[in-house]
Amino acid sequence: MQTRKKYIFLTFLASWLLLFFFGGDQLRRFAFFSGRKAEARRNWPRWTDWSLLKSFADPEELQSDGDPSLPSPQERRAARLSVYKNSRCRMETCFDFSRCEKHGFKVFTYPRERDQPLSESYGKILTSIERSRYYTPNPEEACLFILSIDTLDRDHLSGQYVHNVDEKIRGFPLWNGGRNHLIFNLYSGTWPNYTEDLGFDIGQAILAKASFYTESFRPGFDISIPLFSKDHPQRGGERGWLYQDSIPPKKKYLLVFKGKRYLTGIGSGTRNALHHIHNGKDIISLTTCKHGKDWEKHKDTRCDRDNVDYEKFDYQELLHNSTFCIVPRGRRLGSFRFLEALQAACIPVLLSDGWELPFAEAIDWGKAAVVGNERLLLQIPSAVRCIHPERVLAFQQQTQFLWDAYFSSVDKIVHTTLEIIKDRLLPHRSRSRFLWNTLPGGLLALPDFSTHLRDFPFYYLQHGRTLPVPAEHGKLNACPNTYPLPGFFSGSSPSKKFTAFIRAISPASSLSQPILRLIQAVSGSQYCAQILVLWSCEKPPPPSGKWPQTTVPLTIIRARGKLSDRFFPYAAIQTDAVLSLDEHTSLSTSEVDFAFVVWRSFPERIVGFPARSHFWDPEQRRWGYTSKWTNELSIVLTAAAFYHRYYHSLFTEYLPAGLRELVDGLAACEDILMNVLVAAVTKLPPIKVTQRKQHKETVPQQVGCKDGDVGDPPQPGSKAPHPRCSPPAKVKGTAGAAGGRRFSQQQDCLNQLADWFGYMPLVSSQLRLDPVLFKDQVSVLRKKYPRLERP
Amino acid sequence: IMCASAKYNTRGPALIPRMKTKHRIYYITLFSIVLLGLIATGMFQFWPHSIESSSDWTVEKHSVHDVPVVKLPADSPIPERGDLSCRMHTCFDVYRCGFNPKNKIKVYIYSLKKYVDEYGTSVSNTISREYNELLTAISDSEFYTDDVNRACLFVPSIDVLNQNALRIKETAQALAQLSRWDRGTNHLLFNMLPGGPPDYNTALDVPRDRALLAGGGFSTWTYRQGYDVSIPVYSPLSGEVDLPERGPGPRRYFILSSQMALHPEYRSELEALQAENGESVLILDKCTNLSDGVPAVRKRCHKNQVFDYPQVLQESTFCVVLRGARLGQAVLSDVLQAGCVPVIIADSYILPFSEVLDWKRASVVIPEEKMPEMYSILQSVPQRQIEEMQRQARWFWEAYFRSMKAIALATLQIINDRIYPYAAISYEEWNDPPAVKWSSVSNPLFLPLIPPQSQGFTAIVLTYDRVESLFRVITEVSKVPSLSKLLVVWNNQNKNPPEDSLWPKIRVPLKVVRTAENKLSNRFFPYDEIETEAVLAIDDDIIMLTSDELQFGYEVWREFPDRLVGYPGRLHLWDHEMNKWKYESEWTNEVSMVLTGAAFYHKYFNYLYTYKMPGDIKNWVDAHMNCEDIAMNFLVANVTGKSVIKVTPRKKFKCPECTAIDGLSLDQTHMVERSECINKFASVFGTMPLKVVEHRADPVLYKDDFPEKLKSFPNIGSL
Repeated sequence: MQTRKKYIFLTFLASWLLLFFFGGDQLRRFAFFSGRKAEARRNWPRWTDWSLLKSFADPEELQSDGDPSLPSPQERRAARLSVYKNSRCRMETCFDFSRCEKHGFKVFTYPRERDQPLSESYGKILTSIERSRYYTPNPEEACLFILSIDTLDRDHLSGQYVHNVDEKIRGFPLWNGGRNHLIFNLYSGTWPNYTEDLGFDIGQAILAKASFYTESFRPGFDISIPLFSKDHPQRGGERGWLYQDSIPPKKKYLLVFKGKRYLTGIGSGTRNALHHIHNGKDIISLTTCKHGKDWEKHKDTRCDRDNVDYEKFDYQELLHNSTFCIVPRGRRLGSFRFLEALQAACIPVLLSDGWELPFAEAIDWGKAAVVGNERLLLQIPSAVRCIHPERVLAFQQQTQFLWDAYFSSVDKIVHTTLEIIKDRLLPHRSRSRFLWNTLPGGLLALPDFSTHLRDFPFYYLQHGRTLPVPAEHGKLNACPNTYPLPGFFSGSSPSKKFTAFIRAISPASSLSQPILRLIQAVSGSQYCAQILVLWSCEKPPPPSGKWPQTTVPLTIIRARGKLSDRFFPYAAIQTDAVLSLDEHTSLSTSEVDFAFVVWRSFPERIVGFPARSHFWDPEQRRWGYTSKWTNELSIVLTAAAFYHRYYHSLFTEYLPAGLRELVDGLAACEDILMNVLVAAVTKLPPIKVTQRKQHKETVPQQVGCKDGDVGDPPQPGSKAPHPRCSPPAKVKGTAGAAGGRRFSQQQDCLNQLADWFGYMPLVSSQLRLDPVLFKDQVSVLRKKYPRLERP
Repeated sequence: IMCASAKYNTRGPALIPRMKTKHRIYYITLFSIVLLGLIATGMFQFWPHSIESSSDWTVEKHSVHDVPVVKLPADSPIPERGDLSCRMHTCFDVYRCGFNPKNKIKVYIYSLKKYVDEYGTSVSNTISREYNELLTAISDSEFYTDDVNRACLFVPSIDVLNQNALRIKETAQALAQLSRWDRGTNHLLFNMLPGGPPDYNTALDVPRDRALLAGGGFSTWTYRQGYDVSIPVYSPLSGEVDLPERGPGPRRYFILSSQMALHPEYRSELEALQAENGESVLILDKCTNLSDGVPAVRKRCHKNQVFDYPQVLQESTFCVVLRGARLGQAVLSDVLQAGCVPVIIADSYILPFSEVLDWKRASVVIPEEKMPEMYSILQSVPQRQIEEMQRQARWFWEAYFRSMKAIALATLQIINDRIYPYAAISYEEWNDPPAVKWSSVSNPLFLPLIPPQSQGFTAIVLTYDRVESLFRVITEVSKVPSLSKLLVVWNNQNKNPPEDSLWPKIRVPLKVVRTAENKLSNRFFPYDEIETEAVLAIDDDIIMLTSDELQFGYEVWREFPDRLVGYPGRLHLWDHEMNKWKYESEWTNEVSMVLTGAAFYHKYFNYLYTYKMPGDIKNWVDAHMNCEDIAMNFLVANVTGKSVIKVTPRKKFKCPECTAIDGLSLDQTHMVERSECINKFASVFGTMPLKVVEHRADPVLYKDDFPEKLKSFPNIGSL
């Protein structure tokens, strides 16, 4: 046996050698170099006199590019207005910016008329606008106008087609040739050509349309929106389906498609070819001919076989189990499939030539989708196979981010449209592409607050790597926050100081003891930059002489008497960090120090002391709120918490006024709203840090809380909660009257907020952050925060 | 098609068959003979040829004027005017480009000819210096092909950079007779100065049918989005004047205008601005009384003061770039070079390379009508943002404006990205200056997901031969509720793992993987058997961790899935005396690493450790049989920019019985070795990625005065 093996091996080697000696030349041609290399490669010549060549333009001509005979800039602008209209509209020629100057970006919707048919989707769009912070009922104030006529479906064969639109809009005194109007459309044109025609003259109105064709798209003016179904939720919206980041992507299929193919007419070319890439293994591409009434008339030889294969697979199953999804054009360029794939984290492979992608003015689709070419369908399998697994993972996560930030509800689609238009009004106060394409997304990054990344709590990591200078921390036990960072990267971590912001509501005119103690404790912190007292009582605050002497400046601000005042973005708050406090809060300096150091590691979250939690009450079918000691937390009270000052701006400017009114009407709801807001932005729980003793407020609450079955809410898609997550015992208590009312208001508040947001944004956490040596059995001298452990 | 780089090793390290010694010698001899033969063949076959071919690379040497002359008959065809509806999918022939593994388009350049009309008069000037540079750059780039049949894109050698230097109709005729013209399909023309009096069209007036236009000075009405490429107007001063980069920060003037021949209306508006804001605004104009021999382009004047141009641009924070007769202005390039933030006032102008460059990061665009408000608008830009814009402006110039080569390659890359979108260059690569690219962290697990608890975790136990201890670890770990699988990595090649029947019976699947070599890095291999995201790496002697402690660690990991979550924490420190990093263990108030003797982390990091570990760290670790945990800490912190999470009070893994064995001296050598590792890794990474924190994670009710039986994790362990 051995000898035989040896001989086989030898023969093999010998033949290989021979091949190489004699066939080397051929091999070389095919495998290593192109055959043409042996010939001279003809490059662009190096001219002998190249240095004598003249420049393409005279330097003087380049530097003074003017022509005195030209009309003046003003005349030219005026002339442009008359030339560039309708199909050549641009913001500067068709939009009246002056309307937006006085009152800012306000949107007016025409009053709805009763006899007018209104589709469900258009109703949702109008509701979104009316609920938004930009809405105005007064056309005088408006910058942008939205028709009440349903223009979504302009296929005149459709039942929802509204007739005589031209006539109707001509009757509107505000129409003004469509100037400053925004028109929404999902379907235009009809069989057989599906042109972009809307069946009425939109004039100078901005068109927000699905399935936009690049040729008819007026760049910088129109907006391409995604096609969404009438079941698309008004707000909130389902989350994406990506629950785990696995590498390599552990999905059953690589690439799938399941859908109709058209035997004739527009769009049939692409869909009829899709079966070519089907391999029955990791690429599933199935089409059915069954479509319309008379498909059998046009049916081809493949139809019967295709129809049989088609039934073997389930669309939803394919969507869930594939890495890439083909999103080809239908009759029109866009399809529902696009959003479905996006939500399913199935990376869309677009085969829709000439489609102006949804919100492409803001969204960088190259990070979330593969833009294929209809003509190169057969290259798609190899192209997607060659995408690296890390990139696939990044793609998948980006689909989820985009879905959640801009597409999961009608509210988000409408708001994205409005924000894109708003950004055009003041180009220097608009979002860069970076903000649109990075978590938490453009809708949550307000350019009115700042256009600078470092002013937001979200982007510190983008420049998180420090120079190779060992600037970290000097010696043992040195505080890592006091070393100076090299100038270039100084902005890469949040500011090293905080502003203490104390809300005083007690009616007494003299200063109570707790607030004095609190001011002393806070001003003792090495990180404290200033103290602000928000005086919310009717009586005037005590004169400055009565306030304690502190090493840091102390300023008093008069509030306007609303609960939501405490989250107003006061100009006096100059540091990134805000320590929000109630006058009764009792904290020590070392607690403040430690919490601030923790916050600097989590600048986008709320980091604080007293915690609460929410739970789903299956009996009452509503959300519950508890202040009991539980093993979980999802709310950190703003009576003692650090957070980024940007959240003041978000709270006041991002949330619609209605929500703030709701909060003003309920006791202790503003805390919850702040927590809900931050959770909705970050998708993360707040952080509780250790506290010497329990927060004062909790003592009465502990007795006063209602008994409730604490359990986890039924999260769609997740399995039943682990038994550990729910507290093991029911604690019965008798409610004090005042505490009880307050408590039920908080419960109400929580439910109303969940309703307003369309889902429950709060996220639970099971941990608390303590100093590294907390309560360890080591010498107190070793510990940095020994005072935290005193009883 | 194979994508070698995208493929995984689907198996763990494979077992190499062991051969008997005498056979081995035989095979080695045979192998060396074959190898020698191969080398000889290589020498013989390739050596002479490569010399030969490099001599082929020498190019023709003759004068620009010494080129073939082509006579254009008066009635030779003229292409149609440019088609405004052209898009890549309608006017571009993608079949010429094809699929190739490099995802690079091939560009062909027509050879230079001299075109004359019927009367022998030249159609245009000789090729300009800039166009020659541009064609040379393309020819030297990897886009170039000299094979017209394999080309995807064709670049005529007819110079149309400046429309005023050519005869429109005849140039069009010259284009039409190019051998592959075909209505201009896949032809690319470069033009910087379009239009001419009286109407100054914003795109090249030469009829060009379907040809793509890389133009400087497009307006939104002539630019075919996704088809044309907007390019800068090259400023020849860039090559002449060397302006060293100036650090960002406040400069002498706030706003500066340096353009000559501005329309009087603009000038009066600028002057009004100066009158209002005084010294901080400087409006320059052409000098009227310069002595002879001083080039007028290099001087600017304000009243009687003379300034050097473009140096003066470096004295200002913002520099105004107003439209002239045309939209594209060469001054934009000068302004960027000076690191001055351009204030672009040219309605409807398509900024250079706007398809890929984010101009909001480098410039301020102000509508013409808002010119009077310019000062207040610019004042509202935060100082820190101005500094970033200054750096960004300079980077744009360096990367995309400084030479014709830069302009040509950026243009081709944009077209390339359209044809191979799945291999396109990312936003960050186009826009981030090198320093930002270097400093920015892009977390591969950036989506805030809290993985479902039901998924559980996979415990990986690396073991050599301590079977008894291993079995105890297995038994202990199997008590953790969320454990979903246990993987034993058998790192001992000389000994077989115990028989199946001897292993402890546990409630979850237990798998044993045998490795080919006794390497520490085997513990971080992304085994296919790991089906969960969460991995618990655990040594075969870690028996002191309680089930609550482990379960809690997993829960904490779920909240921080992109971090290392571990028990004993360690710290790195800068030793000022020795001027290097030092490793510190136990009893510190800070933490920057966790030991991977027991740590939770995402499986992704196994993939990174195995395939993406920078430098020779992996081999270094295997050779030294130490510091694999420090390497993992470095890797995770470097890629995520985040700190570790230390959970529970646990400070060390030492079992109580073995304290006596580890003497003080052993401890010290250990510390020295670990410090060495940190220094080695910091130099390989080029930075110190570890982040120091002062916190650890405990259960919410840890040590609170609350009945223990109601706590989720009552038995959280000790030091």
